[in-house]
Amino acid sequence: MSEEKKLPRIEIIEKYCKGCYICVEFCPKKVLEMKGFVVSVKDLGACIKCMQCELRCPDFAIKVHAE
Amino acid sequence: MAYDYESRIRPGKLPHIWCPGCGHGIVMKGLIRAMDTLSLKKEETAIVSGIGCASRLPGYMDCCTLHTAHGRAAAFATGVKLARPEMNVILVGGDGDGTAIGGNHFIHACRRNIDMTYIIMNNYIYGMTGGQFSPATPTGHKASTTPYGNPDPAFDIVKLAIGAGATFVARGTAYHANQIDKLIAEAIQHKGFSVVEILDDCPTTYGRRNKYKSVVEMMNRLKDVAVPVKAAEKMSAEQLEGKILTGVLHKVERPEYCDEYAKVIERAGGNK
Repeated sequence: MSEEKKLPRIEIIEKYCKGCYICVEFCPKKVLEMKGFVVSVKDLGACIKCMQCELRCPDFAIKVHAE
Repeated sequence: MAYDYESRIRPGKLPHIWCPGCGHGIVMKGLIRAMDTLSLKKEETAIVSGIGCASRLPGYMDCCTLHTAHGRAAAFATGVKLARPEMNVILVGGDGDGTAIGGNHFIHACRRNIDMTYIIMNNYIYGMTGGQFSPATPTGHKASTTPYGNPDPAFDIVKLAIGAGATFVARGTAYHANQIDKLIAEAIQHKGFSVVEILDDCPTTYGRRNKYKSVVEMMNRLKDVAVPVKAAEKMSAEQLEGKILTGVLHKVERPEYCDEYAKVIERAGGNK
């Protein structure tokens, strides 16, 4: 179990998201996708916890909880 | 762990009013990180703004804030700083607010070298009032009042600030998000008038008229035109054609206004 990659938790505050695509495009591993006008997590296993989405989101809508 | 931005935001104020993809939110995050880096107390920090999209920023911040008349942020902030010299005074505003309507106040605040930090979010346009051209709109670009292209040359805000006498001048972009907090923190620490210009994007009123297809395209443009000042030293004039220098571009020491004013009070026999 300890050998396995520990997955982060990506918290999306949907009422803050305005669907600008910044996080979707600047994620180097394409973890996120747009569902309607709100971002959602597509492939959590690919996340490398680089925090680019959290850093760049202009709307305070994404938080990456990783240890 | 996720960064705790909420501790510096007034409860219940989010989501903010800025348009989808507007870089002002990225700058606000940078300002919050800079304030955390310097451990600024909210009672000892005043954020002052004029009118405009960027000037909405103090409304969200949980510290002493002042939302003043259009372009007059520097005038009101000078009053705050002279009355309470121990306060950290930060001004925020846009390019139109700072360099057109408040141009006079801006250059004279630079000249006085009063210990404040002015963050100018330059999105090349008056966003809130409907996309009129500003002094920072590049020549030939379209705005609602220049539908056939802007004939005026644009201000270089950095050169304007240096020429007017600001003692710390830096430039960043909304694309280089992790640089913003470092520039702002260095500017706040500098004793004297500091100007930080952050190149920003306005997808709603500027991008649409100037054939930017998306927010991401506007962000990538910022990535392409920005050259760090250290890298620029090794580049030729041809390579620097059309590029914009970023980083700390000017830093000198000069007597600060509040200190000089205290000496005037002493010479005049005050405070007895």
